[in-house]
Amino acid sequence: MTSPDSIDLKTPLGDEVLSLHAGDLVTLTGNVYTARDEAHLRMKTDGIPFDPKGAVIYHCGPVVQNNKIVVAGPTTSARMNPLTGFVLDAGVKGLIGKGGMSPEVRDQLKDRAVYFAFTGGCANLAAARMDLQGVFFEDLGMAEAIWQIRLDHLPLVVAMDAHGGDLFAAVEKSAHEVFQRAYPTCTGTRR
Amino acid sequence: MSSPVPPDLSDRIAAATANAIRIAEITLPPDVLERIVAASEDETSPVARRELMHILENIRLADERQAPICQDTGIPVIYLTLPPQIPFSSEIVDAVRKGVREATVTIPLRPNLVDPITRHNTGTNTSADMPAVHILPGDRMQVTVLPKGAGSENVSRLKMFTPTEKDRIPEFIVETALLAGGRPCPPIILGVGIGGTFDGAASLAKEALLEPLDQMTPEEMEICQKVNDLGIGPMGLGGKTTCLGVKIKSAGCHTASLPVAVNIQCWAARRATVEVPLS
Repeated sequence: MTSPDSIDLKTPLGDEVLSLHAGDLVTLTGNVYTARDEAHLRMKTDGIPFDPKGAVIYHCGPVVQNNKIVVAGPTTSARMNPLTGFVLDAGVKGLIGKGGMSPEVRDQLKDRAVYFAFTGGCANLAAARMDLQGVFFEDLGMAEAIWQIRLDHLPLVVAMDAHGGDLFAAVEKSAHEVFQRAYPTCTGTRR
Repeated sequence: MSSPVPPDLSDRIAAATANAIRIAEITLPPDVLERIVAASEDETSPVARRELMHILENIRLADERQAPICQDTGIPVIYLTLPPQIPFSSEIVDAVRKGVREATVTIPLRPNLVDPITRHNTGTNTSADMPAVHILPGDRMQVTVLPKGAGSENVSRLKMFTPTEKDRIPEFIVETALLAGGRPCPPIILGVGIGGTFDGAASLAKEALLEPLDQMTPEEMEICQKVNDLGIGPMGLGGKTTCLGVKIKSAGCHTASLPVAVNIQCWAARRATVEVPLS
């Protein structure tokens, strides 16, 4: 499964992430912390319950049963757009999710951190490479709690790098150009 | 006054519902799998190829681990066919919801169902009014389950066109895929409902997602090609495969209106039908 040309990374992440480029294939090993909307809101008011220096946040709401990860694919990262600045300020160096994030987050990542995309829906592929280590904010419920998970070579792609490179934005820009050429008179809603 | 549903029939409906959910959550229909395999052989970019290989490996692992394909196990959309001898009653809907609760514990499913405003989670994937059970007439009793995840549902669209705008329907469908980008977990499937009423178009779009992908009309294939031309690719990371298929269902509508709904489905196009034995 792991591509021979991928770069192996370990948490906590250091400045090695700053030299990555959008489109690089990597694997990630070590602890990550799941966090969705509610967990971000709680961290903002109550503080981050883990050491954020070099940490990686995984946008994910797993299915957990009997202290085991049953399935744990990525959730849509865009929901966390307005909630990400403070975790990067605290030293978080990696985000994992799907679908990419806003231009604001792209700016916040500059010279500090990277955003990795993990294949949406690949909840088993993820779970097969995961070991549950602990939980914070369990009262938020299964999907919204912060689960501490140890990864074993999870295959990821660098989608937003620390230099402003953004695979999603590049693809989106090109898609809009193709659409415009196909339907030049379209006056529909634009994002 | 119809006779009440016998308790053992209620149990069979619940068991068939739970079974249909289990099959849908763990095994992808062959027509969908075939399209993903074909796409993986067609992609040339390393990122797109790797994404599709992840998807295929994930499908294999779901079967091996007997675990749901995706952690967003969705909200089950349920279609029930009732033969003439079984009258429709609230007990039948109750039995279906019992099956959903059982499946939530036994598979297990992620509890996804919340109050729309307080966001309180019922923990069971059911509430007094959900999941919706759509009743259709049939010669056998069958329960069909379509677990619908939120990522693709959230970027679906409906537009009330004026009748003279009918030529703009294809561009509306393609634009819906464009605006969705990588968010609905492409490669996607587009269920399109044309006509009916405001609510009816949305129902048609959802029902279109139940149709197999191995048969597409020239019109459906042309829209599919236009979406693939956008180059959004698997997960929005670029590539040839953005759309696995387009299915259109239409119905008559008011002379002054033209509703069009596009329901987006992620690559994990889960659906299963199980027969309920009547005796």
